Amino acid sequence: MEELKVKHLLGIKELSKEEIQLIFRTASHFKEILNRPIKKVPSLRDVTIANVFFENSTRTKLSFELAEKRLSADVVNFSSSGSSVKKGETLLDTINNILAMKVDMLVIRHASPGAPHFLAKHVDANIINAGDGTHEHPTQALLDTFSINEKFGKVQGKKVAIIGDILHSRVALSNIHALQKLGAQVMVCGPITLLPRHIQKLDVKVELDVRKALEWCDIANVLRIQLERQQIKYFPSLREYSLYFGINKKLLDGLNKEITIMHPGPINRGIEISSDVADSEHSIILDQVENGVAIRMAILYLLAAKRPDYQPELT
Amino acid sequence: MRKRLLFDEPLLKITIHRLCEQLIENHEDFSNSVIIGLQPRGIYLAQRIGNHLEKLLKKKPPMGMLDTTFYRDDFRRRDKPIEASATTINFSIEGKKVILIDDVLFTGRTVRSAMDAMIHFGRPDKVELLVLIDRMYSRDVPVEATYVGRRVSTVESQKVLVELKEQGSKEDKIWIVKKMKAKWKN
Repeated sequence: MEELKVKHLLGIKELSKEEIQLIFRTASHFKEILNRPIKKVPSLRDVTIANVFFENSTRTKLSFELAEKRLSADVVNFSSSGSSVKKGETLLDTINNILAMKVDMLVIRHASPGAPHFLAKHVDANIINAGDGTHEHPTQALLDTFSINEKFGKVQGKKVAIIGDILHSRVALSNIHALQKLGAQVMVCGPITLLPRHIQKLDVKVELDVRKALEWCDIANVLRIQLERQQIKYFPSLREYSLYFGINKKLLDGLNKEITIMHPGPINRGIEISSDVADSEHSIILDQVENGVAIRMAILYLLAAKRPDYQPELT
Repeated sequence: MRKRLLFDEPLLKITIHRLCEQLIENHEDFSNSVIIGLQPRGIYLAQRIGNHLEKLLKKKPPMGMLDTTFYRDDFRRRDKPIEASATTINFSIEGKKVILIDDVLFTGRTVRSAMDAMIHFGRPDKVELLVLIDRMYSRDVPVEATYVGRRVSTVESQKVLVELKEQGSKEDKIWIVKKMKAKWKN
């Protein structure tokens, strides 16, 4: 079959359309497995995976761990709080120590953009980026586009508006790449202070009025305000943000069409999205989470097929 | 390339009829039996057997398709990974008699992985294997078929080429193919 050309999953930017479609096909088989009474396959039984999280995470970490366990891999978890990182160990030293314990694959989340790329250059294991600062979050973008594909049967030609804190969002950048590779049209919408300065260069539409963005799109991907990454004030108050950019039922009822609502989580209810929208029938937020496990299984499976120490026999 | 014909259309029809009669001898009306075709190529034979049984019994036995890709023992050991196919088993096989169907039985490894995959859908009462072609003397694991269309003795360099209409061929033909060694060129 076709296989992934990349050895690591560092970002969507490095993937081709064909590779994304291969990941989707593989993920759909894993989704079927996840709906069986016994949700486990033995594929990765000789693989050890370390989940290395230097930043907080609920969904991504759980989702990766479940995906690894469903594939029968051995799993070790590391989180920077309570570790020797606090004693001054460098990233490369920490990782080399983990790898010395015979670990084959690394799932890493780090606050610095490019941390997984740095590791990919210096270590042997397969690296999977589970979010690097404000740069990329490839598995999130893959599960988002997979969910769109599942709901509409295609991504090609769909209009997707990404609404919220684009400047600090790795989900936004990865989603823009993934959606464009699959042929969707992308618009970003948010307060002008939270839009990256050269965002137009990515060939996306820019809109400052959330109502206009909603009128344009088929799918709205709503992002959280990432207060933990904001050292200065980008808008006067959360209340004001919510007033001008929050998605609520009244706003959606005012449109003359139905749109699908997505959110990568964690949700700040009442700020970027109201509860009646997040829990409505148009929201596919929990489908995204369900698909996340299948997508991550597919990525682990496809990358594990390319074990670095494995040399095919020459015939 | 040298080709030898194993099955043409009439012979295939007779063989499928004979296999169905053998199945009915053991499974009677199929009230407690199910048929599972192995992906990717066993499903076509399974379909034909299922359709023929429907003619003979006036009812179709429960049919499923099983993909074994994620259960194979050669993952990370072959130079190119195999792409998975769909699994559709819409029934529990708990306490059932299962008939696994594949086109060719060669090393037996696919059947071994299929048995691994199958028990995730319940604990069957009994498992049988039906193959159209049994390549004798080439087993890697101790797996034998319960029902066999035709036994052939082959060497490893030979391949069995199955051309069925469902796979896009003009007519049903099954061949043994031997690749001739290329003459050494200086």
